[in-house]
Amino acid sequence: MGDVIFRAEQLTYRYPGVAEPAVCDVDFHVAEGELVGIIGPNGSGKTTLLRLLLGVLKPDGGRATAFDRPASEWRRPQFARMVGVVVQREEPVFPLRVRQAVMLGRYPHAGAFGALTARDAAIVKTALADADALHLAERWTATLSAGEWQRVRLARALAQEPRVLVLDEPTANLDIRHEMEVFELAATFVGERGLTGVLVTHHVNLATRYFDRVVIMNRGRVAAAGPPATALTRAVLETVFEWPVDAHPWRGIPQFVPLRKNEIT
Amino acid sequence: MKRWVVLAGAALAALALGVAVGPAGLDTAVVARALVGRGDPIEVAIVRDLRVPRVSLAFLVGGALAMTGAVLQALVRNPLADPYLLGLSGGAGLGAVLAIALGLQGAWAVPLAAAVGALTAIALVYRLAVVASGVLDTRVLLLSGVVVGAFASALVGAVLALSPAEQLRSALLWLLGGFDGASWKALAVFAAYASIPVIILYRASRSLDLLSLGEEPARFLGADVEPLKRTLYIAASLLTAAAVAVSGIIGFVGLIIPHAVRLLWGHTHRVLLPASFLLGGSLLAAADALARTAFAPLTLPVGVVTAVVGVPVFAVLVRRWAT
Repeated sequence: MGDVIFRAEQLTYRYPGVAEPAVCDVDFHVAEGELVGIIGPNGSGKTTLLRLLLGVLKPDGGRATAFDRPASEWRRPQFARMVGVVVQREEPVFPLRVRQAVMLGRYPHAGAFGALTARDAAIVKTALADADALHLAERWTATLSAGEWQRVRLARALAQEPRVLVLDEPTANLDIRHEMEVFELAATFVGERGLTGVLVTHHVNLATRYFDRVVIMNRGRVAAAGPPATALTRAVLETVFEWPVDAHPWRGIPQFVPLRKNEIT
Repeated sequence: MKRWVVLAGAALAALALGVAVGPAGLDTAVVARALVGRGDPIEVAIVRDLRVPRVSLAFLVGGALAMTGAVLQALVRNPLADPYLLGLSGGAGLGAVLAIALGLQGAWAVPLAAAVGALTAIALVYRLAVVASGVLDTRVLLLSGVVVGAFASALVGAVLALSPAEQLRSALLWLLGGFDGASWKALAVFAAYASIPVIILYRASRSLDLLSLGEEPARFLGADVEPLKRTLYIAASLLTAAAVAVSGIIGFVGLIIPHAVRLLWGHTHRVLLPASFLLGGSLLAAADALARTAFAPLTLPVGVVTAVVGVPVFAVLVRRWAT
């Protein structure tokens, strides 16, 4: 694996007015070319960890670096040319065509007044095609289904021509097909195009099959980290999610089944 | 390209209409001659010293209000935002009404008092909306604007109730907006002052496209969100304050014009802002012409005209939006 993209060292962050730190003493890194998963219960600090690594929050303790520099010191346009982010929730208030929405991904390159050229239009088209959303180009964003909107936002991140893709719970309200499509797209960009991917998800069974490495967060701390085969175990999941599970190997890869109360023996 | 031809045409037509009509009832031919300085000196004065600056000022104020409305709607991500939402109109109204009630004299007394009132309201709203560590919370901004505006309106009510009849009438007419105070000097001062915030806002066009998505997505697409929000709020408020100072409170231009432009040409601010400026200016110049002539020799407050024309148009737009 290549250079380190993101690194957390003894990273700690407290939201103002909250006693418990949201992220506490986290050590963690993402190397170039990896697809890394961040997993953990609701409120375990996954998104806060991301926001620290993306330079939106400043650490209260320790360090959060991106490309060997404190993450919060990057200028936003410069950062946006390297890292494409799809945040959890985004609801457009004003009507936009899909093509225009994806063109916003070219703004970090064009600046405030640089011209958007035929080259930008071509990049937008490629990004739409890569995210399997080219047929949506002339639609209004407000008319898209959840899965379509997610792919359009993925296309917008790709249009940034980033080295790193960061997706925060990208499949939260998607059905099986659309969920698999997003995972497949992420795996393709990382595996075939040399991008680096960071994905926050609740989906432990997909995590074991897609990710090179996972970090499992619990109450702001790292509960386990490493390749899924060693980090994602029945014991870790039961502790972190506070629910009994069974582990069943499927083609040699562990898959986890949460148990019903009357199935606990 | 076609849209700019249409907009330029609308602007020229509105300006021509505003110069051509008026309570003096001059023929178009007379107006045209007076415009180049020929004919009866009184007619020349009416056209060149009254109508031209008045129509131009109405155009600039309409443009400023429409552009500000478009900016604020994106800033607070609320399609109902308008330039007065942020408490400005209340503050300006209080300043103007106080100046009238105290019988301050001079062409600049009321505009200056209105400007002071608006600036006070801006400072107050801004102070309330800056939460921990210098972050401008746009939701708090909206609410602060509403409460500061409501408080100022209550004080306006008190001043009005205690004013003698003649001053009550002037104050009410001022509150409804109009361009009776227009002059070449007022036009020059307004144009010079307004050009700065107009340029600042226009230069933020792409950032506004990003900000309309929400602060978090905007940040990850390269917008420096916090300084951006502060700059936008201050530039938009200072522009509106100047508009209110020279013309009183003119409603609906800042609310409906941006929506009309969005429906016609979409939501890219590089187009939306200048198109709103031109269309808002055209509308207000035409509305002022109507205000001067509908019940001549009496003049309607132009704010009444924009509301009477604006509300039905807006109702239709909202229906279209909903479906």
